[in-house]
Amino acid sequence: MHKKPPDMPNPKQVTEPASEIELAEFVHRAARDKSALRIVCGGSKQALGNAVIGSQVSTARLNGIDLYEPASLTLVAGAGTPLKTLENELSIQGQQLPFEPADYRSLLGSAGEQTIGGIVACGISGSRRIQVGSCRDSLIGVRFINGEGDIIKSGGRVMKNVTGYDLVKLLAGSYGTLGIITQVSFKLLPAPEKTTTVILHGMDDTQASAAMSKALGSPFDLSGAAHLPQMAIGNKQSMTLFRLEGFEKSVSYRAQQLAELLSSLGEAEIEANSEAARKRWKQITDVEAFAKKSGAVWRLSLKPGDSPQVVNAIRQSRDSEVYYDWGGGLVWLLTPLTDNCGEKIIRQCVNQAGGHATLIRADKESFTGNAFHPQPEIVDKLSSALRRQFDPHSILNPGRMATL
Amino acid sequence: MSQITMPPPDSSILDRREQLIAGLRAAADPENVITDPVETLAYECDALVAYSCPPLAVVLPRSTEEVAEILKYCHRNKLPVIPRGAGTSLSGGALPTADSVVIGVSRLNKILEIDLPNRFIRIQSGMTNLSVSAAVSADSFFYAPDPSSQLACAIAGNIAMNSGGAHCLKYGVTTNNLMGVRMVTMAGEILEIGGSHLDPAGYDLLGIICGSEGQFGIVTEATLRILAKPEGARPILMGFNSNEVAGACVADIIKAGLLPVALEFMDKPAVIACENFARAGYPTDVEALLIVEVEGSDSEIDDQLEKIKRIAIGHNPQVLRESESAVQSDLIWKGRKAAFGAMGQMADYMCMDGTIPTSQLPFVLGKMQEMAKEYGLRVANVFHAGDGNLHPLILFDANKPGDQDKCENFGNDILKLCVEVGGCLTGEHGVGIEKRELMSIQFNDQDLEMQMRVKDVFDPQWLLNAAKVFPIETSRPRRTSNAQKAA
Repeated sequence: MHKKPPDMPNPKQVTEPASEIELAEFVHRAARDKSALRIVCGGSKQALGNAVIGSQVSTARLNGIDLYEPASLTLVAGAGTPLKTLENELSIQGQQLPFEPADYRSLLGSAGEQTIGGIVACGISGSRRIQVGSCRDSLIGVRFINGEGDIIKSGGRVMKNVTGYDLVKLLAGSYGTLGIITQVSFKLLPAPEKTTTVILHGMDDTQASAAMSKALGSPFDLSGAAHLPQMAIGNKQSMTLFRLEGFEKSVSYRAQQLAELLSSLGEAEIEANSEAARKRWKQITDVEAFAKKSGAVWRLSLKPGDSPQVVNAIRQSRDSEVYYDWGGGLVWLLTPLTDNCGEKIIRQCVNQAGGHATLIRADKESFTGNAFHPQPEIVDKLSSALRRQFDPHSILNPGRMATL
Repeated sequence: MSQITMPPPDSSILDRREQLIAGLRAAADPENVITDPVETLAYECDALVAYSCPPLAVVLPRSTEEVAEILKYCHRNKLPVIPRGAGTSLSGGALPTADSVVIGVSRLNKILEIDLPNRFIRIQSGMTNLSVSAAVSADSFFYAPDPSSQLACAIAGNIAMNSGGAHCLKYGVTTNNLMGVRMVTMAGEILEIGGSHLDPAGYDLLGIICGSEGQFGIVTEATLRILAKPEGARPILMGFNSNEVAGACVADIIKAGLLPVALEFMDKPAVIACENFARAGYPTDVEALLIVEVEGSDSEIDDQLEKIKRIAIGHNPQVLRESESAVQSDLIWKGRKAAFGAMGQMADYMCMDGTIPTSQLPFVLGKMQEMAKEYGLRVANVFHAGDGNLHPLILFDANKPGDQDKCENFGNDILKLCVEVGGCLTGEHGVGIEKRELMSIQFNDQDLEMQMRVKDVFDPQWLLNAAKVFPIETSRPRRTSNAQKAA
């Protein structure tokens, strides 16, 4: 006999199925009872998206590396595998997850273990996204449980695969609303022997945007381009940062070439210490600059060249601190919690340029609305229809993506 | 010939042929509607030439809005639609049925916007793959996916099939380089997905549209990521006395942290055929030949090739020859890219497209030669070794009764083997009609049902390229309930 999930979820009670099949049976029962589920694991990213009320089900016990073939650049792991376990195993072989998963725990004030399933469900990528693509670009296979308790697979463990529809991409970044991810496969990259940052000082946002565009349009294969205006880093001058990774000789050659290319904009500092450079880019990826500051944090995705103007427009009406990653394509914006965290102004300014703004951090009391950017009606209609196909009873993380 | 059957045409459509054509002429610019059997001949098949069928009509619209009008008309009249790029599909992705309207994007071939500072190009989807790179080449940019058919194939088809190429180990395939699309659904609604910014605001619809084999809509415009060209590139040739040794060398190169832009593998039959055809200077006494290409400045290339040569020497290569000039480099690639032509000169052939984990290379190549003996057919292998995407070319004689059936059976067995060792049925050509019936080897009923439910969202009546991708019996209930609705 199986136990029925409680009608009113007990906030402390977490069901932790020991296997994929057990989880599938659990979801099947929840579907029959139309009982909402809140999907958890390490709990490090529960603050992302909109709040969910439901019985907690965890993938924590789907933990472990199922396959790792360094010579095939392939890794397959259970969704509940801690990120640090994966990263340790990969570093022994001199490899890494290409998309540089971010760690938002300081930013969100959360604790708990980051697990790979959560990273995929939230589709989180770091500074290297601009060179090698996002989380979904490295993801080559998923297994998941849909809202009816069926076990579904898509993709596999090979990096070139067009067999059937690419449900892999759809699941990445769907915040658990299309299925509970049980297993993920990635293509990997060699970890760089050397990391170097080329730094320009004192540029304003517009100059920095042009400099990043110039650098990213050069043949020197940057793996990061970020701009930290004065405010975001205290009272020092602004810094515009360019990351180069690879074999030592190649990195040092490209750093020199890049410094020369940008020499009309000022004298570049070359930070050749790999450890220092890694630390610096981890801070950028993890949004350390805003971790200890109060206020709402937004994540803006824009055409890189548009971002200084959009930031300017927002600042006409609101105090905001910002910094730029992805060559300007990603803007992190810190603003007071007032006026619903500035939602109206921020989204208006973003809409005028094209792109989207996602609320990443706010107090529950300070924000009502959708953390995700509203979409055109026809896109919304298709997205809702997809959700109904994967989760007809709307039991998987209902409300996490608001209208979806 | 032929084991693949298409569903019989809907006689109620054939009976109304004249009336429907008149309707199409009213919905579209009449000059863009082709019905003369001589003119529609070119649209009877794609590059899977063993299968062909004249469509009811062909329409070649000149704008997204015209595509929308035609689709609205077809939708209202329950007319099946076959989207077509340049017709270079090797899996029958653009094969029509007698009751279908082919909508081709060949006249949608304009560049809409080139934005070098933000590194993208926006184009109409009928542009060929190579012409996209050519449009930004003078500014030292390129579009990375480079399928072998790049001279002819259209971006619309690349998006439909999520095409790859020789350089995707480093640069990824179409889906990794596609930023946005404008697409018309079967109901004639125009959708804008993505654009010049990165990542979706909600679900990754772009990710599911790319590779949906023309079953979700007709893509009329695309925003593509363009990249700065590297300073230079140089290939090196390595010949080994067995497939196993060449495979081990590939594994060691990757394990050493090197990521060549291309890592191509040819087995002996392929080497000999290509050399006879293209005179590329390939050594013909080796069992396996690798072409490894690296990019960068001269000094970076020297450094990487030094590392690669050191690894190769550990495997006692019979030949280790670095290109010494641009002419030599071109020649090396000319040989590789001539592979299909070379085979075509020797015999009829079918080109397969499975992917395997690279660790299984030696086993799969050995097994394939055993199977070739059993079938009494020859097979040559040219493939992307870095990512395990195999292209076995099975040679047969189309004039010899039973040979094509034998060839298809052999091909199916190879693809089954790919799935058995942990790989997949198709790495870059798509399922189309060719691998439709094999889908149930890789996916169970639940997996396929989930995929078909996604098509239900975009095309509830299953009018778009419907008798493809899924086993014909598996998709039948959805397709025929539509036909009943029509009757």
